Amino acid sequence: MAFGPHLLLAALEGLVTSAVLALTALGLSLVFGVMRVVNVAHGEFYMLGAVIAWWVASLVGGHPAVGFLAALVISPLIVGVIAFAAERLVLARLSYSPEATIVATIGMLYILQQAALSLYGPEARPVPPPFNYRILLPWFGYSGYKLSVVVASALLLLATWYVLAKTRIGLVMRATQYDRETAQAFGIPVGQVYAGVFALGAMLAAVAAVLIVPISQAHYLMGHDPLLLSFIVVIIGGLGSLRGTVVAAVAIGMADGIISVFFSPTLAKIIATLLVALVLVFRPQGLFGETAR
Amino acid sequence: MKPVNTPARPLILHGAVIAVLFALNFLLPDYHHGVLARVMVLAVFAMGYNLLFGYTGLLSLGHAMFFAAGLYGAALPMVHLEWSALSSFGTGIAAGALLALAVSLLALRTTGVAFMIVTMMFAQVAYLLTLYFGEWTRGDEGLVIPQPQRHIALPGLDLDLTSPTTRYMTALVLFSAVLLATLAIVRSGFGRVLVAIRENEERTRLLGFDVFANKLAAVTLSGAICAAAGATYAILFGYAGATFASIQYSILPLLWVLLGGAATTLGPLIGVLLMYYLVDASGPLLEQYLPGWKLSSLGIVGVSLVLLVLFFPKGILGTVRERWVKWLP
Repeated sequence: MAFGPHLLLAALEGLVTSAVLALTALGLSLVFGVMRVVNVAHGEFYMLGAVIAWWVASLVGGHPAVGFLAALVISPLIVGVIAFAAERLVLARLSYSPEATIVATIGMLYILQQAALSLYGPEARPVPPPFNYRILLPWFGYSGYKLSVVVASALLLLATWYVLAKTRIGLVMRATQYDRETAQAFGIPVGQVYAGVFALGAMLAAVAAVLIVPISQAHYLMGHDPLLLSFIVVIIGGLGSLRGTVVAAVAIGMADGIISVFFSPTLAKIIATLLVALVLVFRPQGLFGETAR
Repeated sequence: MKPVNTPARPLILHGAVIAVLFALNFLLPDYHHGVLARVMVLAVFAMGYNLLFGYTGLLSLGHAMFFAAGLYGAALPMVHLEWSALSSFGTGIAAGALLALAVSLLALRTTGVAFMIVTMMFAQVAYLLTLYFGEWTRGDEGLVIPQPQRHIALPGLDLDLTSPTTRYMTALVLFSAVLLATLAIVRSGFGRVLVAIRENEERTRLLGFDVFANKLAAVTLSGAICAAAGATYAILFGYAGATFASIQYSILPLLWVLLGGAATTLGPLIGVLLMYYLVDASGPLLEQYLPGWKLSSLGIVGVSLVLLVLFFPKGILGTVRERWVKWLP
């Protein structure tokens, strides 16, 4: 294959990575933005989303599309309930001190991972895609499902933006983010908002995982890379900035897709991680974010 | 009037702990003798972490890189250049101290959450580097240091570090040295400045202390102590693998210190000891009562972390100090 088509293929792969990454990172960014909690267990909610998707799809018989759609609805709901419970039972009792919550979410990471290993097992299992349609380009065929993932992610991002910017739910969340105590004084149930935000963040990761699971399989250790990449995206995009998160996700996803086609993946990871650490050191508000208030 | 804080009491306590550990060398059965040697080396790692986390109040999520710097700083010259154990111990500590100095110059520009993430990312880079240079480090498979090299040749004395007793005693010497050094540091002016930084950084600065320089010294010292533990681990047990650089080994010292009691000199030893036996004992029990669940130590680590921050944030010795023994350092 010539260089041009090769680059196009890499760019398409990068686009799929970007789309899923944007959803996952948005969840992390939302939780940090509103609650000021660094959720180290975020990657495990992603993993749970994929594993539960496999479980639901294998229970529902018939056409693959039925199982997939069922998974797309049920899996994020279950993950949301787990995250809601985790927030109420653990994080709420720590009064959101940064040190204590980060230690607690590290604990959750290991607990969820271990639970998945015990209940689901060490195998990697695929979920059949809802449809098999290949788009024929002049140089190669490309999976239609992968492109539909990009479209679905874009729609979900728009929906999230709409909820945050235009609805009463979003207003309450932003009020809590700006000033927790004043929000409470105005009768906003801050505790429930926090639990809801934490659940919403986890659900975004779970949706992303359900979308990706027909392409890459469900495995109990799959949460590690999304966590690291989401951290990178949220840091580059500016902590708690929605637009920055999406822009950074596209940039990182494309770079990841293209770099890993042409270079050693380990070296790419080393350079990316180092660069991000330096961004955090020298420009803590992110490349796109505004200065902290 | 009797002074509340007699300086002699902590010294007697620490001397007694070291004496008990010395006596245990002759009393313990083989298996527990080996475990305790390992626990003492890991306790040094935890003490290095405690200096930064407990006393200075800086939560690092990347201390595995300092342990690994010591580990590889000692193992690489021994395996590839056939250096002696003693000089490799020196290169191990130097590697850890230099890395800690370089990392802290960058990471200390950040505070709070950013500091935790930056240290975690630098450690991730260090871990990936051990894999990337797999030709020399042999990655996950690890380096094995040949037995004949693991001895200390002093004038008129040759210590074979593969014999259990010498190994135990070497671990005890390192442990005692670091324990007494920690005690001296936390009782010195420097130690008090670190605690002041933890309690109120702004006020410490206002009082005229150079906060950055003191933090820099704390990270470097902590890194050097962790590297000493890593180097000793490589030399005594003859193995250096990439696992020791992974994120898990950044979390473990945090867990040990939280369990034993942050900002207590003896907490790290108690934390490592309890955690080691908890993991050790729970393995067969879980296997027996929940067969087929494939429960590993990581699950126990997770549950312990959550329970500790929820119900027992001061740890064992922290609680003992708060309730009963006020003079505990």
